[in-house]
Amino acid sequence: MAIPDMAQILSAKTLYDKLWHSHVVREEADGTCLIYIDRHLVHEVTSPQAFEGLKLAKRQPWRKSSVVATADHNTPTNEWEKGIQDPISRLQVETLDANIKEFGALAYFPFKDQRQGIVHVVGPENGATLPGMTVVCGDSHTSTHGAFAALAHGIGTSEVEHVLATQTLVAKKSKAMLVRVDGKLGTGVTAKDVALAIIGKIGTAGGTGYAIEFGGEAIRSLSMEGRMTLCNMAIEGGARAGMVAVDDKTIEYLKGRPFSPSAEQWDAAVASWRELVSDEGAVFDAVVELRAEDIEPQVTWGTSPEQVLGVSGKVPNPANEADPVKRGSYERALQYMGLSADTPLTEIAIDKVFIGSCTNSRIEDLRAAASVIKGKKKADSVKLVLIVPGSGLVKAQAEAEGLDQIFIEAGFEWREPGCSMCLAMNADRLAPGERCASTSNRNFEGRQGQGGRTHLVSPEMAAAAAIAGHFVDVRHFN
Amino acid sequence: MKPFVQLDGLVCAMDRANVDTDAIIPKQFLKSIKRSGFGPNLFDEWRYLDQGEPSMDNSTRPLNPDFELNLPRNQGAQILLARDNFGCGSSREHAPWAIEDFGFRALIAPSFADIFFNNCFKNGLLPIVQPAAVVDQLFNEAKAEGYRLNIDLQAQTITTPAGQVFSFEVTEHRKHCLLNGLDEIGLTLAHRDEIAAFEAKRQAQQPWLFAK
Repeated sequence: MAIPDMAQILSAKTLYDKLWHSHVVREEADGTCLIYIDRHLVHEVTSPQAFEGLKLAKRQPWRKSSVVATADHNTPTNEWEKGIQDPISRLQVETLDANIKEFGALAYFPFKDQRQGIVHVVGPENGATLPGMTVVCGDSHTSTHGAFAALAHGIGTSEVEHVLATQTLVAKKSKAMLVRVDGKLGTGVTAKDVALAIIGKIGTAGGTGYAIEFGGEAIRSLSMEGRMTLCNMAIEGGARAGMVAVDDKTIEYLKGRPFSPSAEQWDAAVASWRELVSDEGAVFDAVVELRAEDIEPQVTWGTSPEQVLGVSGKVPNPANEADPVKRGSYERALQYMGLSADTPLTEIAIDKVFIGSCTNSRIEDLRAAASVIKGKKKADSVKLVLIVPGSGLVKAQAEAEGLDQIFIEAGFEWREPGCSMCLAMNADRLAPGERCASTSNRNFEGRQGQGGRTHLVSPEMAAAAAIAGHFVDVRHFN
Repeated sequence: MKPFVQLDGLVCAMDRANVDTDAIIPKQFLKSIKRSGFGPNLFDEWRYLDQGEPSMDNSTRPLNPDFELNLPRNQGAQILLARDNFGCGSSREHAPWAIEDFGFRALIAPSFADIFFNNCFKNGLLPIVQPAAVVDQLFNEAKAEGYRLNIDLQAQTITTPAGQVFSFEVTEHRKHCLLNGLDEIGLTLAHRDEIAAFEAKRQAQQPWLFAK
């Protein structure tokens, strides 16, 4: 690589700079900006109070065609013919139905719709997330959409109302962090493992105040699905937004999707998207580097995503921690998780497996899980293996490829799409003390059900654990 | 929004790092379509000994006597003293709604998660970042029962009972909104012409962003 000269460095912009500056409507003296929002994704949990606020103030949405909505958090994943059994969940979903009917949207995929699914799966697969956009949603995993070189992040409900009413957000520019992963990922090492390894390195607050760009050879080698998995978990590293620069894969993915640019607009769109990369010599406020070869399949052992190790590791011993706050949190985590210090991760037996969530429920994830377990049966000691596709389209694709049959023959349950046991707002949840290998994104206390114990892993690692009854190194599993 | 000007409040110290919004308000309470009434379920899984559900009468549930919020000395607390990365995880604004509904008006920690920090300002709550050493000192001093702090938003200061003063940062915009209890949407709509002009230009240049 040529060394850039000083003039180049001064004019060189990061991808984040470009995305930010192209959306500033106005800037106050203290640096507070009004940022224009291109895409507003809406789901049932964080929107009812925002629509109510609009109504009370007698306001209308500024641009209803910016809104793409779906019901995902509360929807059941089986017995759809019975509807939503929990009356409080049903009211929330029906409230979204009514609000979209009253206020309008570009697209709405309600409960049972063929294109319904997890909002962060539905947006990209419909071409509703495009490079260069600002994308917001009342959901922290909105960072997912940064995989398309969009500036995408979660917002609170007051901001959902603000975006509905004004098409803008009040915000200050974050700092820029580059996380570069060079080298080649080993077989059986996935985007999920990269995400967890990064969080293990920087900590769950490491990205606070930053927008992260992921770069380097190992990131470029990831599919769009893998990049979505990675950006999805930027928030678990504390960064509201994660992003990956545009390349041929980005453009290829977007061809022919329902809301992608029309044929007449396509060439102009692609030309503008090609600019969405960090310039050579662009300066980041922080740079973190990892070697792909050093990353093993990851397993979390605690109650924070940063409490993670390679699968060859052992549960840490709090006594070895010098920092008292950290030692306290280790002790608390081990107690909650029912684990003893120094236990090899591969000796931890599991009760349930969940493959799904906005992190790992796309077709590539299901293919990967199926490839690991084809022709095998789940361990008798494993009570339940839930496979929850990210959307109706993912489900249909998986069924067309026969993946559902592989899962069913293994004794797994093939379910309807939704957020499901990632956060257990519907009926899918852990009982107190149950231990789960989960492809979701948060291992917080109670996240998958009060008293439930979550270990975050990749789809391959979860599938292999379902067969073995305990964690195994998927690189040596067959 | 309730304005925040000055507060002389009892401090409740919660000595754990990475307190996430799932812990602040568990998911079963997110099914509500209202903005209020979350206070009784603040920290539900830590605060009560049974499993909480939205339909329950919280006044009859068994309390965890060891949990900070349940200690007699912390009753009526308005300032929550916390550790690093408070409010991490889910973007749910139900977390600041629950904290505010419970009766807190300010939080002090070495760091907050970005989305939570932002959400606080929309709900009349003041989150204050202080250096780790200052937070350590406050945790130490807060071991004394009845420990109070005085927070002055206009002056951007925290004053201890011994008269020691710590200053804190807050953007002019957030300070202005909080001091006056302003509706941010109304403020933004004062710039509606600028937004419309920006939008028209963007649509002309990149029409594919405006599919209908």
